[in-house]
Amino acid sequence: MARAATTTDAFNAVAEPRRRAIIDLLAGGERPVNDLVGLLGLAQPQVSKHLRVLREVGLVDVRDEGRQRLYRLNGRGLKPIHDWVSAYERLWAERFEQLDDVLADLKDNPNELEE
Amino acid sequence: MAAATTGSAVTTFPTDTQILITREFDAPRHLVWRAWTTPELVKRWWSGKRGEVTLAEIDLRVGGRWRYVMIANGGFEVGFHGEYREIVPEERIVNTEVFEGMPDGDSEPALITNVFTENGGRTTVTMLTEVSSKEIRDLIVNSGMEAGMQESLDALEQVAISLR
Repeated sequence: MARAATTTDAFNAVAEPRRRAIIDLLAGGERPVNDLVGLLGLAQPQVSKHLRVLREVGLVDVRDEGRQRLYRLNGRGLKPIHDWVSAYERLWAERFEQLDDVLADLKDNPNELEE
Repeated sequence: MAAATTGSAVTTFPTDTQILITREFDAPRHLVWRAWTTPELVKRWWSGKRGEVTLAEIDLRVGGRWRYVMIANGGFEVGFHGEYREIVPEERIVNTEVFEGMPDGDSEPALITNVFTENGGRTTVTMLTEVSSKEIRDLIVNSGMEAGMQESLDALEQVAISLR
């Protein structure tokens, strides 16, 4: 399976540890870029690059205030991850129901696919 | 035809980095083991109702690899693979698991411990999934409230599976 580009979706965006760190910081409230640069100990271009990825998948929003660019978390962007998680539990329930059917067949035909 | 179990799986979270799924099956252990470890049989259940399993490779020995691929009903391919770490026939399988849709998934695979126990002709399977950090779980618990994501904090812990 081909790997998705970094900017495709929230899953890929949060797979990068520094982007998760940015999200953690923004979870505490809106911050200017310079704050993030200082707190993360990264170069400004790197932080800007990560913020761009997070914006493209809708995980952060930005607004200008005076000369500052303020970034804040958009929690709604995490919903696809939440939905995936819920789907995970339902998938296993479905798998086990199918497995019940396979086991019922095996009990009726104990020699099926015997090695 | 034997009656199928209708009981559902129970999911719990023993620690911050673990997910435990327990399910009982109305069949003796050797049959559950066979359904779990025979490619032709895995193909009949692993996709649930979401598509068709197109590949099930099982090299059931320590160090051996496994790979399952399904075509989901939406037409896209979903693949998982891993390596067997421990095998006690009809009792226990420990294997790694990587979701092929995640970047660099192979660098930090999940570890799955499957234990099979029989009681009165019925078999209980416990699947313990262990991931490498609680970072993602904490991230979402701490940050996701404004989107109403607190509705299912238990389920959120499973995000770690997809993001390892």
